[in-house]
Amino acid sequence: MKSSVITFPGSNCDRDMDVALKKFGFNNKMVWHDDNELPKSDLVVLPGGFSYGDYLRCGSMASKSRIMQSVIDFAKSGGLIMGICNGFQILVETGLVPGVLLRNKYLEFICKNVFVKLDNKENAYFKNINKDILEFHIAHNEGNYFCTKDQLKEIEDNNQIAIYYCNSEGKIQDQYNPNGSIKNIAGIFNKKKNVLGMMPHPERMIDQSLSGEDGSIFFKNLINNIK
Amino acid sequence: MKVSAIITLKKDVLDPQGKVIHQALDGMGFENINEVRQGKYFEIDVNENDPSKAKAIVEDMCKKLLANLVIENFKIIGTQ
Repeated sequence: MKSSVITFPGSNCDRDMDVALKKFGFNNKMVWHDDNELPKSDLVVLPGGFSYGDYLRCGSMASKSRIMQSVIDFAKSGGLIMGICNGFQILVETGLVPGVLLRNKYLEFICKNVFVKLDNKENAYFKNINKDILEFHIAHNEGNYFCTKDQLKEIEDNNQIAIYYCNSEGKIQDQYNPNGSIKNIAGIFNKKKNVLGMMPHPERMIDQSLSGEDGSIFFKNLINNIK
Repeated sequence: MKVSAIITLKKDVLDPQGKVIHQALDGMGFENINEVRQGKYFEIDVNENDPSKAKAIVEDMCKKLLANLVIENFKIIGTQ
């Protein structure tokens, strides 16, 4: 299975993602933001980091990079695209997934482990996964998901909410919402569910001795779904 | 020709920075504040001498990059 990770100036989770994808069997290529064309891929990942120093709005400059036209075409043809953290911010700025990510409610950079609850397994990312609650890591300053009332209704009607912030038992409540996101939203899909944007980093949870293994569960399941 | 534009958060969008600035101003003794909202200001020098054409170019920039219309409004406030 072939994957591509796009590196923007200021990306800093691109190599972590490369390690994670390779560990679970992807033949991964790193792609520079200024390239014209994506290599043939089964999965494209927009990694975390601080592309263009978060100038203007997080992800806004990267969303206009040369490679992004090819990424948008890939999404429109049904290709799988996953945006993690800054990658999620880039996805909302391209309009591939609805909404925006605002500054965290309490103006703090948040760096900690969180639990997320899967809402929807009818998609290539979470189909067949044997857990409903996963422990991932978050590290962001702008992860406060926001959308208009009309957008929220549309997102809910189409089952586009991918994961919610929750506690270890899967309770989705205000007190487990780290950043003020509407409805505790931690990740969402596009309408066709081939594009996934999420703030948590599964690539930071792939080694039992360093972190946890819920990222391993996620990536193993993902590659099996794509095969 | 220089075109000035301001970008402001829409009414319903939370502005935590504005809130903190409000609190700081309160603490400094500025007590008559109802609300503070923070925005952005751009001054763009466009290679165009016709004011309405220059405005139209910057408007297009605002729609495509400078503002995110889900959360922000923009206004061209002047040309010189």
